[in-house]
Amino acid sequence: MSVDLATVKRVAHLARIAVTDEEAARMEGELNTILGFVEQLSEVDVDGVEPMTSVTPMAMKKRVDVVTDGSKAEDIVANAPDSTDNFFVVPKVVE
Amino acid sequence: MSDLIRLTIAEARDEMKKGAFSSVELTDAYLAAIESANPVINAYVKITADKAREMAKASDARRAGGTAGALEGIPLGVKDLYATEGVHTQACSHVLDGFEPRYESTVTANLWSDGAVMLGKLNMDEFAMGSSNETSYYGPVINPWRAEGSNANLVPGGSSGGSAAAVAALMCAGATATDTGGSIRQPAAFTGTVGIKPTYGRCSRWGIAAFASSLDQAGPIARDVRDAAILLTSMASVDDKDTTSVDLPVPDYEAALGGSVKGLKIGIPREYRIDGMPEEIEALWQQGIAWLKDAGAEIVDIELPHTKYALPAYYIVAPAEASSNLARYDGVRYGLRVPGKDIADMYEQTRAAGFGQEVKRRIMIGTYVLSAGYYDAYYLRAQKVRSLIKRDFEMAFAAGVDAILTPATPSSAFAIGDESLASDPVKMYMQDVFTVTVNMAGLPGISVPAGLDPKGLPLGLQLIGRPFEEETLFKTAHVIEQAAGRFEARKWW
Repeated sequence: MSVDLATVKRVAHLARIAVTDEEAARMEGELNTILGFVEQLSEVDVDGVEPMTSVTPMAMKKRVDVVTDGSKAEDIVANAPDSTDNFFVVPKVVE
Repeated sequence: MSDLIRLTIAEARDEMKKGAFSSVELTDAYLAAIESANPVINAYVKITADKAREMAKASDARRAGGTAGALEGIPLGVKDLYATEGVHTQACSHVLDGFEPRYESTVTANLWSDGAVMLGKLNMDEFAMGSSNETSYYGPVINPWRAEGSNANLVPGGSSGGSAAAVAALMCAGATATDTGGSIRQPAAFTGTVGIKPTYGRCSRWGIAAFASSLDQAGPIARDVRDAAILLTSMASVDDKDTTSVDLPVPDYEAALGGSVKGLKIGIPREYRIDGMPEEIEALWQQGIAWLKDAGAEIVDIELPHTKYALPAYYIVAPAEASSNLARYDGVRYGLRVPGKDIADMYEQTRAAGFGQEVKRRIMIGTYVLSAGYYDAYYLRAQKVRSLIKRDFEMAFAAGVDAILTPATPSSAFAIGDESLASDPVKMYMQDVFTVTVNMAGLPGISVPAGLDPKGLPLGLQLIGRPFEEETLFKTAHVIEQAAGRFEARKWW
């Protein structure tokens, strides 16, 4: 499988990365090189093989259902590029 | 004072215990070494001299009070991927400009609670994506090693290139690193240092910027096997904040050193003999086999038939996880913000300006393989192949193999700005051909220096172990180290 220029631009938009036409054209070549490389996986017989979902076989860890953290609003917004009254400030979303 | 930096962690620990010198003296010696070397080597992106001296002073006070920890007063470097409270933490990316977390990663917290001192934050490939440390926003790291008779600068490997170079250039006693496809073991091999990627789940991932969560694992880079064992003992823990942290007590890894490898079954996988592999790599491998045989180990040929599919499967799984993990860098909560005409445009402009080319490439691949209509063909198939890779190892271990010996890398360190590698991303990806299988299967792997190539550059051997049997790796790597000797870069910087 390979990608064309329109697909590169669509994927860039899905990934929320602005690309110029020039960048998209370069990426088209690079992505197709990588997709060409991973193509060899189609030779592998995976019939009846379970996909790996857990690296180490272990039961999901659970913890007691109690509040262990919180009241850190100031810490959370401390690194924000823009904040007011412990809220993140972003460009207007709703008209 | 400058000879203090020549001491290993074990030696400095034992000398400080005897009162031969203080942590403040040792820390000052390292800060002086950093000051003179860093403008050339570029291993540190942030030097925390004041904090280091404060921590060293506090350490000396603890020792005087009789409460010295296992790493009391030992100055370490920390890869920029680890969150360090109030200190530069940017994964060497522009997108995290100015980020100073209000929390400490579990691994670094473990080190400080054992008494270690932080010298600063170490350079790395941006978000740990790279094998040469050339994708860092802060510029490449220079390998302290040069080819015999050459002044050309070489890469230290990646992504933990700053960690490996700092250890090799005596700019810290040891360093933290991380390994997603080979990022501890390949730079260790390129710099004549020891690096171990422990079993997935052995070190907590909490507070380490996520690249590919099912593959990422923390580990140390150190000057010798003993120091790596000492550091891992402190870094590893059981952590409630990481659900993949495994509930197993952490052994004293240093105690495994010196144990006999007599009767140990060492597997040699035929699939690691790849086309175009340089002669010296094959010779190194045979030398390693001979050393272990001489030490009484039993050498057996094994088959890991799905080896060649590990790298292509990795380049689906890792970018897929990365595209999801890196979605958080959007200019809202931390780091860089580039204004746009609306919020979506702000995200797009921020990410376009904040991420480097390699990171964008991987986010794009990941987004594509997870997108509607392609998930089954790429991601699901890759995860099935991953099960097969793991099964190969399980069958070898079930047949009684205790550890597997392979080369660590397909070459020695290469030149900075290598044209053929820069023009073809897949060529650079091949650097991880021997290491990536280990991440795919979640196993422990150690890289230990074993010799020099004809150009006088270090080469490493890799040992792969059963899950949570790091002690076998330390014991066996120590035997190789004893036979091969230590390799030090000649100072030119």
